Amino acid sequence: MRALIVNGVAIDDTFAEAFDMRATAVVITAPTTRWAAQAAATMTGFATSVIGCGCEAGVESVRSSRNTPDGRPGVRVLLFAVSTNELQRQLQNRVGQCVLTSPGSACYAGLEAGEDTLKLGAAIRFFGDGWQIAKRLGARRYWRVPVMDGEFVCESTVPLTKSAVGGGNLIVMGASGAKTLAATEAAVKAMREVADVIMPFPGGIARSGSKVGSKYKGAGASTNDAYCPTLRGAVESALGPEITSVLEIVIDGLTSDSVGEAMRAGLAAIVELGPDNGALRVGAGNYGGKLGRHHYHLKDLLP
Amino acid sequence: MRPLAFTSRTAPGQRLDLSPLTPDNLAGKTAAEIAAIELGTTRVRVTAGEVFRIREGDPTAVLIEGGSARFDRVGMGMSTGAIRVEGEVGVQAGRLMSGGQLTIRGAAGPFAGSGMTGGTVVIQGDAGERLGGPLSGETVGMSGGVLHVHGDAGERAGDRLRRGVILIDGRAGAYVGSRMIAGTLAIGGEAGDLPGYLMGRGTILLGRGATLLSPTFGDCGEHDLVAARLLADYVAPFSANMARLFRRPLRRLAGDLAALGKGEILLARP
Repeated sequence: MRALIVNGVAIDDTFAEAFDMRATAVVITAPTTRWAAQAAATMTGFATSVIGCGCEAGVESVRSSRNTPDGRPGVRVLLFAVSTNELQRQLQNRVGQCVLTSPGSACYAGLEAGEDTLKLGAAIRFFGDGWQIAKRLGARRYWRVPVMDGEFVCESTVPLTKSAVGGGNLIVMGASGAKTLAATEAAVKAMREVADVIMPFPGGIARSGSKVGSKYKGAGASTNDAYCPTLRGAVESALGPEITSVLEIVIDGLTSDSVGEAMRAGLAAIVELGPDNGALRVGAGNYGGKLGRHHYHLKDLLP
Repeated sequence: MRPLAFTSRTAPGQRLDLSPLTPDNLAGKTAAEIAAIELGTTRVRVTAGEVFRIREGDPTAVLIEGGSARFDRVGMGMSTGAIRVEGEVGVQAGRLMSGGQLTIRGAAGPFAGSGMTGGTVVIQGDAGERLGGPLSGETVGMSGGVLHVHGDAGERAGDRLRRGVILIDGRAGAYVGSRMIAGTLAIGGEAGDLPGYLMGRGTILLGRGATLLSPTFGDCGEHDLVAARLLADYVAPFSANMARLFRRPLRRLAGDLAALGKGEILLARP
């Protein structure tokens, strides 16, 4: 594979292939940022991949009290799924089990508009056992569900977008685990400055990149052996002898442009760090362009 | 473009129905057609041209100069545009409005905003009885929009309120929020006897309490309600004072327990 060298970092002449997804966003508020973040972390736990978790979710941004509906600190969470029904199920279960239960929390729509709507408070309100109260203010409707520390306020519905994209990615390769991790962390940090995207894996980083299929029946995906450094001599490896560690960043965005912007920011951060302290090479995962209609060519995203 | 202005020539000799003078109805009409609009409510025929000196202008912004307690149904049924009245108006101002803005720079008679479903009504003076309420035979009062009274309101303001927000900066008469179905009603001053009488759902905020509270409301204690923060932000563009009241510690009284009992009176801490 041909590569461009930018600031000593090799950039593969390849592209990331991503897919259309359904997505929504919620803003969780609480008396303190800590508790808003706690509710969000609980809600987005076990939401790294639609393959095994039903949805991909993460914290997009932390919001000051000036930028939330109720004037308290909050966080914005994005959720992505492959179907509207699954997104509805995941949203309802996760808010119901993880946000409703969190001290002082409230939950609001995090999108202004969308092609469809999902039930939020309209589904969770039944926890109120008849004591729930609806409050419509202008075009927005809220449910007030009595709970033991007061009331859980929850917007009735949230918009859903069908223009979301999941599966943007960067594959970061380095000479050591520490250097590769440093480059990947720098990329994730830069990507978090981009609006409307999440990196759903732990800390934004996945070490277990996968390929489609498996030798075992029933497994739809298995380890990406071509990028496993410990198999370099045993398989048709994509890695040169200088690479000993590979990490992947997966990006989901509310729009294709936001995914592209995040990848651009991540690449810039990796290139700026350079090969001595960071990555030797950056690639991207694709399926030959046959499965996803969104293609992000790394050469087009270089700083 | 300057507004389409109606300037009162003399005090009307009969009650007038000004409901035809809305932006919806005036759009596309010539000055002669507007002058020929009949406004009378008796056997004596009265046209707009006889009552008002008409100055042509933008029909989406109507100005009525020189009010009268006999100017009934101002802005009735309007869905768009704006009407400003420089003076008082009679009964049913803004009744059945679904959009637009009606501003009355004076007092309004009974049933202002009756049955309105949207838009904004601002009454800079006092309002008569049954603000936003239903007429006889109707089951539902105001069901949307914002109704803001800078002065006092008469008895039974917000009767059968179903949705929307009523703000009364001054005092309210007896039975404010009677039979409320839902919605929000806020009173900056003192309310009369028995606010929320037989209310089923909805929220009544009392800035200075009431002369007599019903024993059929249960005291739920003082709380910092997140919902009150949302209400404060929502009413802030209309009344900063009311927004401040919603941000105070609020004592919640649940009721009316003689009816459905899912409503609430919020008492602002003095």
